[in-house]
Amino acid sequence: MSTKLITALTAMLPFAASAQSSLNLTQGVTEISQRVYDLHMTIFYICCVIGVIVFGAMFVSMVIHRKSKNPKPATFHENVKVEIIWTVIPFLILIGMAIPATQTLFAMEDTSEAEVTVLVTGSQWKWHYKYFDHDVEYFSLLATRQDQINNRLDKGENYLLEVDRPLVIPTDTKVRFLVTSDDVIHSWWVPDFAVKKDANPGFINEAWTKVDEPGIYRGQCAELCGKDHGFMPVVVIAKEPAEYQAWISEQEAIQKQAKEEEQRLLSMSMSKDELMELGERIYLGSCAACHQPSGEGIPGVFPSLKGTDMVLNDIDGHIDIVVNGKAGTAMQAFGNQLSLRELAAVITYERNAWGNNTGDLIQAADVNKFMNE
Amino acid sequence: MSTVAGEMDHNDHHHHAPSGFTRWLFTTNHKDIGSMYLWFSFIMFLVGGSMAMVIRAELFQPGLQLVDPHFFNQMTTVHGLIMVFGAVMPAFTGLANWMVPLMIGAPDMALPRMNNWSFWILPFAFAILLASLFMEGGGPAFGWTFYAPLSTTYSSDSTALFVFSVHIMGISSIMGAINVIVTIMNMRAPGMTYMKMPLFVWTWFITAFLLIAVMPVLAGAVTMVLTDKYFGTSFFDAAGGGDPVLFQHIFWFFGHPEVYIMILPSFGIISAIIPAFSRKRLFGYSSMVYATAAIAGLSFIVWAHHMFTTGMPVAAEIFFMYATMLISVPTGVKVFNWVATMWRGSITFETPMLFALAFVILFTIGGFSGLMLAITPVDFQYHDTYFVVAHFHYVLVSGAIFSIMAAAYYWLPKWTGHMYDETLAKWHFWCSLISVNLLFFPMHFAGLAGMPRRIPDYSLQFADINQIVSIGGFAFGLSQLIFLWVVIKCARGGEKAPAKPWEGAEGLEWTVPSPAPYHTFETPPEVK
Repeated sequence: MSTKLITALTAMLPFAASAQSSLNLTQGVTEISQRVYDLHMTIFYICCVIGVIVFGAMFVSMVIHRKSKNPKPATFHENVKVEIIWTVIPFLILIGMAIPATQTLFAMEDTSEAEVTVLVTGSQWKWHYKYFDHDVEYFSLLATRQDQINNRLDKGENYLLEVDRPLVIPTDTKVRFLVTSDDVIHSWWVPDFAVKKDANPGFINEAWTKVDEPGIYRGQCAELCGKDHGFMPVVVIAKEPAEYQAWISEQEAIQKQAKEEEQRLLSMSMSKDELMELGERIYLGSCAACHQPSGEGIPGVFPSLKGTDMVLNDIDGHIDIVVNGKAGTAMQAFGNQLSLRELAAVITYERNAWGNNTGDLIQAADVNKFMNE
Repeated sequence: MSTVAGEMDHNDHHHHAPSGFTRWLFTTNHKDIGSMYLWFSFIMFLVGGSMAMVIRAELFQPGLQLVDPHFFNQMTTVHGLIMVFGAVMPAFTGLANWMVPLMIGAPDMALPRMNNWSFWILPFAFAILLASLFMEGGGPAFGWTFYAPLSTTYSSDSTALFVFSVHIMGISSIMGAINVIVTIMNMRAPGMTYMKMPLFVWTWFITAFLLIAVMPVLAGAVTMVLTDKYFGTSFFDAAGGGDPVLFQHIFWFFGHPEVYIMILPSFGIISAIIPAFSRKRLFGYSSMVYATAAIAGLSFIVWAHHMFTTGMPVAAEIFFMYATMLISVPTGVKVFNWVATMWRGSITFETPMLFALAFVILFTIGGFSGLMLAITPVDFQYHDTYFVVAHFHYVLVSGAIFSIMAAAYYWLPKWTGHMYDETLAKWHFWCSLISVNLLFFPMHFAGLAGMPRRIPDYSLQFADINQIVSIGGFAFGLSQLIFLWVVIKCARGGEKAPAKPWEGAEGLEWTVPSPAPYHTFETPPEVK
């Protein structure tokens, strides 16, 4: 009997733990996040105690001072002493709250002596990570398939909280984040680190973390940033320092190789099928959020690419707007986001999809020539 | 003799008041205008509420089912704008129009023609705002807080309409506020000193000063958005030497006093109702007045607590944290005074009292979450999550709107001359009370667990909470139709209301017959 009970209770433990985490603030995986959690619980309990006293008095009054029980009301209506007491006591409670809050705040805002620095740049609707001490940078995009969002496929375990390339940081190391934006305000948030910092275009904010446990930590953009605000998650993998070193060296080598490869491929031409296939993939990943998979855009917000003058006639203008973006609009500069091949392919795709049929083939060399002019 | 003839003329004029639509279009009577404000605000409450239903329907399940994200953003934006500027604020202005002259013994508002104008521009403001939803590219989709540059460079073409409609709403509010101040300062009955005014008059008096102080700031903010978007200025664009965070400072310098604009009149209403149904004078009248003034004063130095994550210097974060925490002191004083008023009273539980009691408890819960949000280090976790959504809906729906419901039930007999249907009203109360908590309480958990606000789709761990919240939302929405039914029924007939239908009620409004005659206090009453 008792064994059964223990088994049942043990079986419930993980459930209880998960139930707790889905209803309360996370304790997180850093010293700071733990302190924030403790502060949260302390203030929560203080509020509960005050609530019990105040609401208790109200309920007692509602029960024993109702007209049927107390037909003749008292007449008192003023007492300066009482007023002073219930002004001073809350004030003292507030001082009690303010002391630990101030200490924690100072600790959170101390970004000095970081060992690793990452530049985090938000743009509609993706994150870009650039390591300061290594030649490594990349974009991090939502990896959940559109079919899951549109309910045509079952939703995966990490629905909307998965990206193609997570940020990787070392554990037991003070990592500093420099947070900024390319367009509107975003906010980079990882609950397990208790880090949420706005990404303001034209300004750089600082934040930091020191993760104790290796693992995958998920968060989201927290500031309304337009149509796909709900679809730009943050995923961070914390690796042991040695593993991290190996990873970053590998990435550096891969990125270096890719750049060399790109230069080498300039002399080669891709066939229309290759261009269209790659172009469609890039288009759906980088362009369709605004210009829509049909190329028709959203009237009044995002222009159509279907049958429009620039796409049909103006090759240079087309390459220019894709590479450099358009100032004062949501059109980003993709020159540093995509490789030359990818730029060539997506421009080719746009000029030949949805009945545009211009027959123009743009090669990486064309884009390279344009960019170097 | 001539005075008598003058009076005759005067009376004669009333009997030939325009009838039909023109009566309402040209009226300068504070009761007519008050009624129009109240009906307008209820219609806007239903319009804004139906947008909330769209939001809750989309969020009923994970995945995108009903609307696309761009339209979802328009719904959250316009829902917020309509509820703030179209439902809560006009309801309070309506109550002020009806009740302030009756409470201070004045025959009408001081500036009746301006009163007419300040109401009648409102329907146009909201017609413009709602029409923008049908424009190419849709209506405003940048949140009711319209942070730049989302509202400037990256907004749709309808932004100009949004700006124009906010300007009109602001002009209306400022005119209404001027009218309240002039009326209170100049038209109190003989003997009605400031410290004898009912608290509803006091809280509105202070609210009106807040309105005059901050509505021009809002007008400035929307104008800068307009020129940044259409005329090439760079107030909020770093590329031109501006700063997007500057927008937030300006907006919240308006926005924080604004949230007190939406709660101070509630304090006045509750301070009238709790004594009436406790049959005992309000405890600590003067401390209530000072607490209101203190809250209003503090509201100007706490704005940046909405902006802790924008990357402020730590000294500023500390200042705004401490200042914000301080607000809980005068607010606490108010709650303690209400409880002390009930203490050893002789309490009955008619619908106005039920709403008032629910207000005290639920507003206080909203106050607790407000205190938690004031603590900067934890605010970093709460900021822009459903915890914030839960917080401000507790203070605005179960706070401000419950107090408006309480006021409506309390004064309906005075307005219509009939008692409302108490059974139906109690149905309305209990349905609202249960559903409002089902709707907003679980949002605390969603926020703590990490669900950001303003997202049309969410990860799977939030599915259960959102389903409960949506069910609560639909139930709360439907419950308000009971209210509409009660009000219409009461306006059309029912048990005759005496001049003073509530045993413990006090104040000049109960000295005139029910329904209050078209003109009251043509001879000022004497207040001792």
